[in-house]
Order: sequence, then structure tokens, then C-alpha cells
Amino acid sequence: MAQEPADLPAWSLPAGAGERISIGVEWPERVTRDWAFGGATGKGMRVCILDSGIEAGHPRVGEVERAVAFARGEGEDEEVEVVEDTEGDLCGHGTACAGIVRQLAPECSLVSARVLGAGFKGSGPILLAGLRWAVEQGFDVINMSLSTTKRQFAELLHELADTAYFNRTVLVASAHNMPVESYPWRFSSVISVGSHEEPDPMTFFYNPSPPVEFFARGVGVEIAWLGGGTILSTGNSFATPHMSAICALVLSKHPELTPFQLKNVLYLTANNVGGET
Amino acid sequence: MSDLRAAVAAGALGSEQSYRELLQSIVEVARSIFDARASSVFLFDEESDELVFEAVAGEGAGDLVGQRFPSSTGIAGWVLVTRQPLVVEELDKDPRFAREAAESTGFVPKGLMAVPLLHEDNALGVLEVLDRPQKAAFSLAEMELLGKFANEAAIALDLLQKARAARTVLEDEGAEADALARFAARLDEAEPEKREAALQLLDALGKLLRER
Repeated sequence: MAQEPADLPAWSLPAGAGERISIGVEWPERVTRDWAFGGATGKGMRVCILDSGIEAGHPRVGEVERAVAFARGEGEDEEVEVVEDTEGDLCGHGTACAGIVRQLAPECSLVSARVLGAGFKGSGPILLAGLRWAVEQGFDVINMSLSTTKRQFAELLHELADTAYFNRTVLVASAHNMPVESYPWRFSSVISVGSHEEPDPMTFFYNPSPPVEFFARGVGVEIAWLGGGTILSTGNSFATPHMSAICALVLSKHPELTPFQLKNVLYLTANNVGGET
Repeated sequence: MSDLRAAVAAGALGSEQSYRELLQSIVEVARSIFDARASSVFLFDEESDELVFEAVAGEGAGDLVGQRFPSSTGIAGWVLVTRQPLVVEELDKDPRFAREAAESTGFVPKGLMAVPLLHEDNALGVLEVLDRPQKAAFSLAEMELLGKFANEAAIALDLLQKARAARTVLEDEGAEADALARFAARLDEAEPEKREAALQLLDALGKLLRER
């Protein structure tokens, strides 16, 4: 096992101290999907769905460990507050994402952080507050099937994405398939996801032409729909939770992996690299 | 003196009309290309935090323009708040959605494609294409094509909003516009030498205003 990050020299490495940072991961000759996530269920992993909430008791989602919501107080200068969420999901987007993660990583723990649904106005500060909370909670994976185009939030989002990366929280974010600048998926500390058209939920590709780094299943996906049902849908919003779930599977089997190492495992097991199906 | 104001106002109003026609033509073409039952553009009204039907082609054209609903509800709302394009099929299977759709637009689509209209760092609205024929599974190529229409619609919507803002300025800040219009009228009447001198003075005034 790797040493705890606190034991490691932070800013420099003295002569002859290479032993002190020996990494305990035993890489096989070839990283296979079986090594990476064969038999994994996501058990022990906490996945946060930063979205519109999750419908309680949806059969595709099952148990939700905790649900919180972010909202701004009444006044103009009020801070964004975190409250326990009893409203569930107002639009269905978060439930759909949660259902995909549950399907592929059935034993992971799901937490809902609702940052959407209270109107579009002021959604930027609420998104930031929600992401900050999720990063502070130290989730193993945060699923963000959304982005902002507001440049004024880019710097703060970047800092949060980097903090998550160094604190071993994997931030998985939907890329845009349009030529617009949006965040946080463009940051290299994030795992960004676009869609492919294959029907297999475990098929994913590494993109050698970033900024979009991975393609996961996003076309014709049967998603959880409000009211306990399902519906067919397409979008990067649904490719992203496929990748979040795969991250949860790998980390549940190899909890010592940092986000950097995890990204390497994803690269080595991608279908267009070395991943066998 | 009110001639200039009238001219500027006519320009703003005229361009507003042109941009509306441009938006209408974008939804008409989107509907034809996808062979769809309807296509619409929603404008995000920041003031009221609502989405407003701004242009509609096909089913619902004529009745829906101007109708409003809260910015984060419905599939157009998802797309606006997440800024992610989305395709949903088999919508008619969902009785709740079917009822809501029928109440607000008068018909229930089987499926729809929706894409956010992003311009610079703003989300201006949403473009939707309803009921494309489901001969084949939806493809990412169609999503890309929809994205191209969205770019056009976003530019048209941006111009439309600017034209409306210009008109509001003319209507609300008549006093300042009047002062400028009076100046323009005097300039127009002045003899060439005086006109030249006035323009130099104006140029100097512009420089002074730029300095802090």
C-alpha cells in the first residue's frame, strides 16, 4: 500500500530518499481490465452526484446515503447555504445519472448534492458552493454532468478541481461537443467525457486529441426517469456517469490509486489501447 | 432634432424585425433538415428567470410565441441549466410529461432534441427539434448538425437581444438621446467651417472623456 500523503516529502526529495516514496502499487506486465476492475462492485466507494437531486426510492437508483441541497438566502448578498434535501429531484437529470452509476457499480454509496433546479439565475455561485462542499467531503468520485460558460467562475473551479485531484477525489465531468469554452471539464485535473455510439456500457475509449479525454456510452441509453420509470436518451450527460462508475469500480479494487494513476489505468484499459472486452 | 432619434429607433426596430425573421428561418430550416414535426427557439429571460418561446416552426407555430415557463423545468430547462445537449425518445410513454406537454404546447412529442444556445460566456436560450422520424437510431452526427444550427441561432438571438436593448435605451433614456439628437441637428445645419470646428471640439471632448 502507498504511504499516506502526509508522510511524504512535500516540496523536495533529499539525496538517497527515493526509498521513502516507493509506491506500493504492483503493476502487472500488462494492465488488464480483469486486474483493473474484474469482479469489482464499487463497494466502499462514495460517489457524489452534483446535479438536480435524486428521486428517492427510484428502482434504478436504490438507496441514497445522503442528499443535500444548495440555495442562496433571500437577500442579494446572502451566502449560499447547504441544507438537507427533502425535495428529491425536480427535473430528473440527477436521477438519470445516479441510475447509471448504480447499474455499473451496484455496491457504491451514492450521495446527492443538488445544485440545479431552483432556477437558472444565480446558478454559478450555487454550483461553486456545491463543488466546494463535495471536495471538502472527500468523496472518491464526483460526477458532474454539467458545466458553466461563465469565465468569472473558471479560476475558482480550476482551484477546486486541482484541490480534488491532490486530495484523491476524482472529478468526472461532461465535455461539450460544441465549440464553446466551458468549465470544469477542460481542466487537466478532471476526467472529461464525451459520447461514443457503441451499445456496451463498459466500452470506453481514450481520446488522443484532448481536451476531451475519454469517450463513454452516451447514445440511446436507457436512463432512470422521474416517477420510477425509464426512457431512452442521448447526451454527454449520460456518458459521464458511465465513466464515474468505472472509476468507482477501479478504485474499489485499488483504493491506493491517485487520480493520476487512475487516469493511467483508464488509458491502459481503454478499448482503443489495451482493453479487451 | 427628433429625426435622428426616429432614424436610430427605426434602425433598432428594423433590425429587431430582421433578427426575428432570421431566427424564424433557422427553426424552419432545422425542421426541414431533420424532417421534424416542429422546431422552436426559447429565449432565456434573465429578468424573470423564465424561458420564452421566441420562434416556432411547424406544430404550434403562431400560438406559442411569447409563452413562458420557469427556467429550470422541462427538458429545455435541463439543457439550459446543465448547458448540455440532450436527446430524449419515447416521451409519449410518460403520462406525466405527456400531460404537461399537452397543457403547455397542445401536442405531445414522441421525442425531442434540445441544445443550449451559448454565445460568448452566456447561455441565451435553447433550440429544440421535435419528432424527427425514427427510421434509424439517433446518431452523434445528428447531434453535431444540431450544434451547428444552435451556433447560428445563438448569434441571431444575441443580435435580437442587442436590438431590443438599443430600443429600450432610446425609449427610457430619451433625455440623453435628445441632447445628442439636438447636437446632430445643429451639426447638420452648420456651415462647413463651423462644422469642422465642432467636429474637432467633439473629438477633443471624446479624448477628455477617455482620460481619467
